[in-house]
Amino acid sequence: MNEMDEMDEMDEVIQEFIVESNENLDNLDNDLLALEEDPSNAEIMGSIFRTIHTIKGTCGFLGFGKLEKVSHVGENLLSKLREGELQLTKKRTTALLQMVDAIRQMLVCVEETKSDGEKEYLELIEILAALQIDDAEAEQGDTPPDAAPSVEAEFPEEEVKVKPIGEMLVSSGVATSAQVADAIKQQLDGNKAPVGEILVNQGVVDKGSVAKAVDKQSEAKSRAPAASAGSIRVDVNLLDQLMNLVGELVLIRNQVLQFGETFDSPVFSTTSQHLSQVTSELQEQVMQTRMQPIGGVWSKFPRVVRDLSQGCGKQVRLEMEGKETDLDKSLIEAIKDPLTHLVRNSVDHGIEMPEVRSANGKPAEGVITLRAYHEGGQVNIEICDDGAGIDPEKLKNKALEKGLISEDQAERMGEKEALNLIFKAGFSTAAAVTNISGRGVGMDVVKTNIENLGGVVDISSRLGEGTTMRIKIPLTLAIIPALTISCAGDRYAIPQINLMELLLLEGEDAKSGIENLHGVPVYRLRGKLLPLLYLNKELWNEEPAEDEEANNNINIVVLKAGELQFGLVVDEVNDTQEVVVKPLGKQLKGISSLAGATIMGDGHVAIILDVFGLADNAKLLSEATHQGEGVHGEQEVAEESEKVSLVLLRNPDGGRMTVPLSEVTRLEEIQRTSIERVGNEQVVRYRGQIMTLIDVFSLLPERRSPERITADAQKDAESVVAYQPAESSSVVQVVVCTKDGKAIGLVVDQVLDVAEEAVEISGESSRKGVSATAVIQDRVTEFLDVDEVIAMSKVKPDGQARRGDNNATMYI
Amino acid sequence: MQLCTFKLGDYFFGVNVEKVQEVIRHQEMTRIPLANKEVRGLINLRGQIVTAVDLRLLLGLTGFSSSDEPMNIIIQDEDGAVSFQVDEIGDVLEVEESSFEYPPETLKGIARELIQGAYKLTDRLLLVLDAEKAVAMTA
Repeated sequence: MNEMDEMDEMDEVIQEFIVESNENLDNLDNDLLALEEDPSNAEIMGSIFRTIHTIKGTCGFLGFGKLEKVSHVGENLLSKLREGELQLTKKRTTALLQMVDAIRQMLVCVEETKSDGEKEYLELIEILAALQIDDAEAEQGDTPPDAAPSVEAEFPEEEVKVKPIGEMLVSSGVATSAQVADAIKQQLDGNKAPVGEILVNQGVVDKGSVAKAVDKQSEAKSRAPAASAGSIRVDVNLLDQLMNLVGELVLIRNQVLQFGETFDSPVFSTTSQHLSQVTSELQEQVMQTRMQPIGGVWSKFPRVVRDLSQGCGKQVRLEMEGKETDLDKSLIEAIKDPLTHLVRNSVDHGIEMPEVRSANGKPAEGVITLRAYHEGGQVNIEICDDGAGIDPEKLKNKALEKGLISEDQAERMGEKEALNLIFKAGFSTAAAVTNISGRGVGMDVVKTNIENLGGVVDISSRLGEGTTMRIKIPLTLAIIPALTISCAGDRYAIPQINLMELLLLEGEDAKSGIENLHGVPVYRLRGKLLPLLYLNKELWNEEPAEDEEANNNINIVVLKAGELQFGLVVDEVNDTQEVVVKPLGKQLKGISSLAGATIMGDGHVAIILDVFGLADNAKLLSEATHQGEGVHGEQEVAEESEKVSLVLLRNPDGGRMTVPLSEVTRLEEIQRTSIERVGNEQVVRYRGQIMTLIDVFSLLPERRSPERITADAQKDAESVVAYQPAESSSVVQVVVCTKDGKAIGLVVDQVLDVAEEAVEISGESSRKGVSATAVIQDRVTEFLDVDEVIAMSKVKPDGQARRGDNNATMYI
Repeated sequence: MQLCTFKLGDYFFGVNVEKVQEVIRHQEMTRIPLANKEVRGLINLRGQIVTAVDLRLLLGLTGFSSSDEPMNIIIQDEDGAVSFQVDEIGDVLEVEESSFEYPPETLKGIARELIQGAYKLTDRLLLVLDAEKAVAMTA
């Protein structure tokens, strides 16, 4: 067992000791008083003795000397009382009670500082020792207990106990106990105001002294021992059951809400709204109980890093950010191993030897940073090192050597792709296989494990600067966002994390859009061939009816399983919703295409599909690994490396503009009616925050010549999409960008497409707000400079929004 | 011993009541793709998802058709719950140990595994289903 574990275990022992002792001490108070009533009761006597004996023994073991001393003299006294050598007098009881209080105070101290404090309690020890002498002698003794300063007086009770306000007011002398009793009586009679307020209203005390008392009280509260009063231990199974019950409650709530819509009763609808609210809150809170900070897993890493770095002669410091980031208990367990592996890898492969670092002008000590934070309902975990980084060329050579890729593939491979080679099975980069890592098992396992949790892992690296592994996992496995679809009359849920986009082929497209590649159905998605799976065929082995298919629209759900993308043809796409994931019984565990089940709002069970399993069963995954061996594949991969994803936009004047997809957070349609005006800004409530809207095209200066405008208009008339002035529709199209953590909406006339294009910048900036121009899809397209547009929209000090020099009016 | 009795085809069966969580009438089910044929679907039992197994098929009899509305006997074990679908639910019977007899050697196959024996009632035989084995058999 290593030192770190020992420390943790020690903490646990101490915590247990505190909780247990506090419980026992509470009983002890009562026992002592009961014993005073009935001094001959051997059973109570025995119980008291055992309690103190246990405390003494444990704190001796834990090394709390002072606590041990106090309990030791107490034990001696008790032992004599038990043997009948001494009688239990009032003085002895008082002294024993004082001892109980003293032990309590030391336990508080232990809990806060892990030591039993400075206080020696010498007087108390003296009193307890003196009381061990026979009664007759004690009476003559020169330390009458009354004269001894009481421990309670030295340690005002507020420090350990939270007193009620009334009691505090009485003790500070501003109110009498009769007045407080009267106030409490009023409360019992139904007055909901706190005691302090009632007293103020009656003119008994002034507000100031109540405020003072409340301050004191809250101070005491914060000091009250957390382990003993603020928390209790709960069986995890109980939490699981609670979670199930809440899930059930959510379903019933949904049914009630559905039912409530069918008849018109305001009372019922308010009640059901209330029910809905409470249920949601309950669900949230219960989920919260299962949350644990990730710091729990991380706590063993400093030791891992220390041992490893010493083992290989490196100097490594571990830094942690976001220890308190919560995630579901089940996930905490599940990510432990992958994380450990990644941290070990960082030490072993990432950080260089100190002399190498110094030679490269880096500090000899390397830094590994663990970072965790919540983002968009997911948890991000990053493992960064400031080491040598990974050389994609070396990776390629290694992979070539091992025969994992062909030479052609290696040549075509982009940097990103090359980095992802480390996730391939049977791949290891360490020159020598050490006992730490480098056996070529691991990274692929790490990736699989994380993907099994519904997460993704991503690697980025700069040569000479370091490597960052980024893991994204859902907050909880119990509830996930999912897309619900229908197929052959059944409903299914698909985890949102696998979802790329939705396609609807209508009319002519539905007939001719799906092509046949030697028996394999494919669809051309932005110039690339997307393999298609028919869900009904995959699950039920039923061929789609030929004629029926031709008449209807075709719904394709574009999914990704790791690197692979494929289209799933379904009958109907329904909506996205949060679903409670329930595991399948053991009868169904072996079916890899099914990830679980969930209960829909109407009480029906829907199956959650496993996208990886589906792809695997259809033999798509193995194809993906051989992808690029065919003639066409080669070209595609070669082109892909220089391609950029662009959002293509249309100006109200018909001109084309574009924003790189990397700068875009989302594309949204916003109801015109939901747009509000604050000062000169147009704002809209968006995902819990206020998003400023910027009308891009009215902001930009006019650029084109009149001839050009007519030419563009002609081109548009020829194009398939008929020109439709934005004013006429009830929604506006908004490109949402995130700047400094704030969402900013660029109002555009129309979002045309998201295209992957190999861009050749052909022109300089044509006007303010435009960074460059290029020919994309045979049209001159301006690259929108998002930062500049935002800067241009900034309201001037005089309150006038700065506009372009054209006279276009805001149309929203 | 007390047995929860049920009808399965022409046979009269019983299962130890201690193994039975509850008995419910026919429930709507969600069919499960790619599953074994004796697995008929998933039932929402007050928020718990229960796999429904065609006990007729499991015992080598003709299975239920999709229009049948069998009753469910819910058997709980540590991994979750399984519902055995049967034709009809009978009473809970107290049986005499003395009337028990092991199945004859001529009983073969899966039935041999799952049928522990029979209680000789006055008018018919009450076959005893081994609930644990039956659940294990479905996995």
